[in-house]
Amino acid sequence: MNWSSPAEFFAMGGYAFYVWASYGVAAALIVAELWLLAARRRTFLRRSRRRLDRANDAE
Amino acid sequence: MTAAGHARRGLAGVFAAVVRRDLLLAVRRRSDVLTTFFFFVVVVSLFPLGIGPEVDTLRTIAPGVVWVAALLASMLALARLFVGDYADGTLEQLALAPQPLLVLVLGKIVAHLLVTGVPLVLIAPLLGLQFDLPATALQVMVLSLLLGTPVLSMIGAVGAALTLGVRGAGGLLALLVLPLYIPVLIFGAGAVSASALGMDVSGHLSALAAIFLIALVFAPWATAAAIRIALE
Amino acid sequence: MSLNIWRFASPQAFYSLAGNLIPWFLVAAALLGAAGLYVGLLIAPTDAQQGDAYRIIFIHVAAAWMSMFIYTVMAFWCAVGLIVNTRLSFMMALALAPTGALMTLIALWTGSLWGKPTWGTWWVWDARLTSELILLFLYIGFMSLHAAIDDVRRADRAAALLALVGAINVPIIYFSVKWWNTLHQGASVSLTRAPSMARAMLLGMLLVALAAWMYSIAASLMRVRSLILERESDSDWVQTIARTEAAT
Repeated sequence: MNWSSPAEFFAMGGYAFYVWASYGVAAALIVAELWLLAARRRTFLRRSRRRLDRANDAE
Repeated sequence: MTAAGHARRGLAGVFAAVVRRDLLLAVRRRSDVLTTFFFFVVVVSLFPLGIGPEVDTLRTIAPGVVWVAALLASMLALARLFVGDYADGTLEQLALAPQPLLVLVLGKIVAHLLVTGVPLVLIAPLLGLQFDLPATALQVMVLSLLLGTPVLSMIGAVGAALTLGVRGAGGLLALLVLPLYIPVLIFGAGAVSASALGMDVSGHLSALAAIFLIALVFAPWATAAAIRIALE
Repeated sequence: MSLNIWRFASPQAFYSLAGNLIPWFLVAAALLGAAGLYVGLLIAPTDAQQGDAYRIIFIHVAAAWMSMFIYTVMAFWCAVGLIVNTRLSFMMALALAPTGALMTLIALWTGSLWGKPTWGTWWVWDARLTSELILLFLYIGFMSLHAAIDDVRRADRAAALLALVGAINVPIIYFSVKWWNTLHQGASVSLTRAPSMARAMLLGMLLVALAAWMYSIAASLMRVRSLILERESDSDWVQTIARTEAAT
């Protein structure tokens, strides 16, 4: 282990801002992409169901 | 000329016919040509106004400024390369012709170069004088533009064909084509900068020549493919 | 039992296959990522010259490699689509683009944050970062061209041609930018010239890179499944799925 305490780890030798902003934004972007992908699928299924229901009602 | 007369013409004859037709159209629509030309001149003049008249600074930025302005002017003119023919059905006729489409495309590019590229190349050294570039650098500027503007036209033609009839084609064309222009810009402006500093330019110019040859091999073929995609 | 691979060229068959594979890739990405970050952030020693700021490379390099790899794969599927004319190939290429662009963004963001403590400026015009920026433009151009053309078939083919033109240009752009950078003696964002990079650093980079690869596959497969549903929405099998799956 390179660090002797959690505080040291989070401090990243004084470069905490740069390191955590890097990993933080990368993580946020990945989470956002996954969320958007799920949302795209949900939207399609919702719209599709509505269209099918309307088609059924019209028959 | 009769249809039989057309059929008798060789490849070179058809090529020349395409070039001649486009030149004729350009002459009749002179405003298009002049707009590109004046755009170039105006854009180059904007930089000193934005940056300041300090001669040493201007001399340093001159190669980049002239080249970027040439890129933008070239791209502006390219937007019109196929649009007219696409709209009135001529492009479809060209695609149906027995001659290979890529030769006809090359003809249109050559005409486009003569009409927009050559004036740029001629006026550029005068603009370079405004920036106090030395004479040798001006010569290299002309040479680099002579090698570079055909590449700009060829690469731009691919973009113009891809965006035919598309919404927002102008802006989209810029987005697609400007990144592809970057190597030409680097070596073209680099050559002029090197010359102004008294350094060797053969490396830059050879790189430009190599890019020219690569473009010549791939671009007209890609443009023809893009036109066929657009016409489907 | 012989496996006929070609049946997966059908969107419906590929939809099921992808659906089965995605969880595995996500799990692999999570495990490899956790391991890589453990090694890189907790085990690897502090760098002699750059201090702990160097730890950004684990995500920066992984993202940069993926951004270039994804573009290559995207161009490959574009070529397959243009040659063999299979719908699914174009869909796969289109599905890869946003993930590739995301990787490019991460590479640029982390590269900038690495450059500031190391070189003092928020942006370093070195060959790799500048090429990453241009690669981002190429991705955006691909997606914009596709979005701008209404006819899906024409959009697929035009964007595919553009991707191939871009692919030929990428090496040319990279080398010209490299030349430009050395001429102007710019700084280079890289690791210290230590006698040998500590094994832990290398291991960390490899693990995070593999994690990024697994993640990219998972994300692209998820996106292509949505694309398949949307494009095949009139077919029976899609309508069955729409009817049976609960959409919250």
